Amino acid sequence: MSREDYEIVIGLEVHAELSTKTKIFCNCPTEFGAEPNTHICPVCTAMPGALPVLNEKVVEYAVKAGLATNCEIETFIKKNKKNYFYPDLPKSYQISQFDRPLCKHGYVEIEEEGEKKKIGITRIHIEEDAGKLNHNEFNGESLVDLNRAGVPLIEIVSEPDMRSSSDAENYLRKMKSILEYIEVSDCKMQEGSLRADVNVSVRKKGAKEFGTRTEMKNMNSFRSIVRAIDYEAQRQIEVLEDGGKIDQETLRWDDVSGRTFSMRDKEDAQDYRYFPEPDLVAIRLSEEYIQTIKESLPELPESRKERYLTQYKLSQKDAKMLTNSKYMSDLFEQALEICKNAKAVANWLLSDVSRILNEKEMEPDQIPFTAEQLAKMIELIDKGTISSAIGKKVLEELFENPKDPEEIVKEKGWIQISDEGAIKEVVMKILENNPQSIVDYKAGKDRALGFLVGQAMKETKGKANPQMLNKMFLEELNK
Amino acid sequence: MDITELTVHELRDKLKNNELTASDITKAYVDKIGQTEKDVQAFITTLTDEALEQAKQIDEKREKGEITNELAGIPIGIKDNICTKGVRTTCASKMLENFISPYDATVMEKINQEHMISLGKLNMDEFAMGASTEYSYFKKTRNPRNLKTVPGGSSGGSAAAVAANMVPWALGSDTGGSIRQPASFCGVVGLKPTYGLVSRYGLVAFASSLDQIGPITKDVEDAAILLNVIAGHDEKDTTSIKTEKKDYTKALKNDVKGLKIGIPKEYFGEGINEEVKQKLEQAIEKYKELGAEIEEFSLDIADYALATYYIIACAEASSNLGRFDGIRYGYRTKNFTNLKELFKNSRSEGFGAEVKRRIILGTYVLSSGYYDAYYKKAQQVRTLVKKEFDKAFAKYDVLLTPTSPTVAFEIGTKSNNPLEMYLADICTVSVNIAGLPGISIPCGTDSKGMPIGMQLIGNHFAEDTILNVAYAYEQATK
Repeated sequence: MSREDYEIVIGLEVHAELSTKTKIFCNCPTEFGAEPNTHICPVCTAMPGALPVLNEKVVEYAVKAGLATNCEIETFIKKNKKNYFYPDLPKSYQISQFDRPLCKHGYVEIEEEGEKKKIGITRIHIEEDAGKLNHNEFNGESLVDLNRAGVPLIEIVSEPDMRSSSDAENYLRKMKSILEYIEVSDCKMQEGSLRADVNVSVRKKGAKEFGTRTEMKNMNSFRSIVRAIDYEAQRQIEVLEDGGKIDQETLRWDDVSGRTFSMRDKEDAQDYRYFPEPDLVAIRLSEEYIQTIKESLPELPESRKERYLTQYKLSQKDAKMLTNSKYMSDLFEQALEICKNAKAVANWLLSDVSRILNEKEMEPDQIPFTAEQLAKMIELIDKGTISSAIGKKVLEELFENPKDPEEIVKEKGWIQISDEGAIKEVVMKILENNPQSIVDYKAGKDRALGFLVGQAMKETKGKANPQMLNKMFLEELNK
Repeated sequence: MDITELTVHELRDKLKNNELTASDITKAYVDKIGQTEKDVQAFITTLTDEALEQAKQIDEKREKGEITNELAGIPIGIKDNICTKGVRTTCASKMLENFISPYDATVMEKINQEHMISLGKLNMDEFAMGASTEYSYFKKTRNPRNLKTVPGGSSGGSAAAVAANMVPWALGSDTGGSIRQPASFCGVVGLKPTYGLVSRYGLVAFASSLDQIGPITKDVEDAAILLNVIAGHDEKDTTSIKTEKKDYTKALKNDVKGLKIGIPKEYFGEGINEEVKQKLEQAIEKYKELGAEIEEFSLDIADYALATYYIIACAEASSNLGRFDGIRYGYRTKNFTNLKELFKNSRSEGFGAEVKRRIILGTYVLSSGYYDAYYKKAQQVRTLVKKEFDKAFAKYDVLLTPTSPTVAFEIGTKSNNPLEMYLADICTVSVNIAGLPGISIPCGTDSKGMPIGMQLIGNHFAEDTILNVAYAYEQATK
């Protein structure tokens, strides 16, 4: 049997840090990147006697996430304690939800080559993040930073509905995009505010039972997730083909070696001893409360895409790609307030901007320049101040050192040469140096014109106005 | 006049009339501690120098009119599981031997707002687990009525300090009887408020759904006065209830005519000492004389209360005490080579035997495979206990029982027999399970002169009723 005889089954547990200003059970700020242990208080460091108070915004954000993913909302909110020892978990228990998650039975739709598919959401529940351990490799010490302890999280558990690494990637991108649209999480994977536990199993095609799954925890890049799933599925198939069996276990994905490693031995199987958290009173959500949140939900990616089709006459593909990222799509709309050329803005974002992001392995929210700067750059092209070739250089510059494109163009001396005298001078020089091209052109080889224009652009380092060059070469050649 | 024999309301009046200053009062208590503490051993930390200094400042400010609080300058003792900023809070455990809280418990903020003066932190059973204060890591407190006997527990230091006149009153905490039982053993008044009346913020948690802070005082009026100070909703504790602020001293009407007192007969059955029973029966007669209606009834669910209590309390404790892991504060073992050993050895060395016993019990009842049979079942019984009490309070205004089946026992007689020690809570635990208020007041002594306590149980937030009923008895038997 070979790989083709197997079906891969994937389920994801997505952890998204909610972008509330304060932590879930205290008033400490949630802001990322502060000096270690500066955003802490008796509550989030679990001082004896300190008690949690639930941040109501967390409930609101989680309900939003549930509604945006077609979930039923549980109106009775109760918290549970999940007990385990680890130095980054100050209370030695995580306040989470167990038997009555806030949201359940939802779905999101993904699309692969035009084909739509529903991925089920089992549940979404609220919990708190743990702190962070900083390991010092030189002296073997580990230091605990509790700034992140108590940052609110939602855990979104999918059904095992995905059948390929690209399904998983599409699902995660869709989830990320929804969470960004409803503004409940900034979904910065590189900062760990969006991460996923990936469950993978394989089974023979047509089999009814699921295979034994393995879990890879805390994955925080699309690329690693795709690679890890492909690797792990292949590993499992090979084990099965060799007559072995899969152990249900937690694995660690190592990005450098491109392999998974076993993390815990089974005798350490955790018993979390979940039980109701007596320090927090249960809350009942009213129908009105849920209705109000429902009505306040912003435009979601799906409907924004539809709007782009009609409002800006973009193609299906372009509209979908643009709206995938709320950041990208917001940038698009903001740029349009300055520069009315929707097609041009979309093109720039989807071709050159996306290409550079790919090269730099950046996410759209890491784009360093503003919509205004992008719009101005496009306007410079539309006005003929610069050529689109120069536009590309300006864009590179915007990534490196973002500022007013006009200033960049001036500083770099990239202003397009549109002076007739100057253009003529270049044209005459190029013709003089390329007599063969004149012969070729006269012999009916139109390509020769393109070559000459190219030479002139080279000569002027891309600054010559290409339309004027074209026109003037034609005039001279046809004399 | 021995100042330390006065009640707080008497001290308050003398302060008001300028018969006494805060310094006079504080000095008297500091002297008393100097004489008595070596015998009674009620304190883990004394703050005598600080208290004298504070008293001086309060007198000056009072003279200038900068402080007008009636209770300003009144000393108090604090059970050592209530967090006090800058003063160590040990929970009578090696685990927290050197722990200094970075914040004040909400009750301490209230005490400080009144400008009361803390004389120190009082001994207790380690993490409030025990009924004799013998499980303290530091010392064994003795009952001032007979130094060979225990003061009860876990708030034994608080009750003994009040009984020995080393503090005029004290704060204790009660999870299964830890205020009422020592009050009974030491012959003072102890009130456990309704769950949710007093903020638990800053009370080092033993069992979150059962713990309450409350007063231990010389008489009922003082209990009402101290309750006035500490009661009230706290945003930092979501289990504290938003209720209207009451003046509990107004409840002391000294009138029980027509009041219905229920006597649950299970509390007078097997295991209750004969002399205790007799005194309680005399008290019941007294209430009849005062015009109350007495009726015996059956509260048979009470038989299950103790088992239910120990399952729930230990389950919650096993989780609450997880934070003492040697990482951020508290005791850390020197004996470790990896993380697991750091956790294990810090906890094994830092906790005493009774605490470990309860953590193990609690961990067991929450474990998968046992949860349904123990924890879940206990929660179901808890609901039934509440319902039984609801039924009782549909008929009666208060319930009357002994506080403890016996008087104070001798030191060392039960400390090696955990089950027998647990039985000391048999009359008090169901009150915590149902979240009700209960008060223990002195009700005579046995033939050897040891105090006997009577417990009055009220409906939720009916502290005013039980205070009034307690007050009527106290006044009638003065």
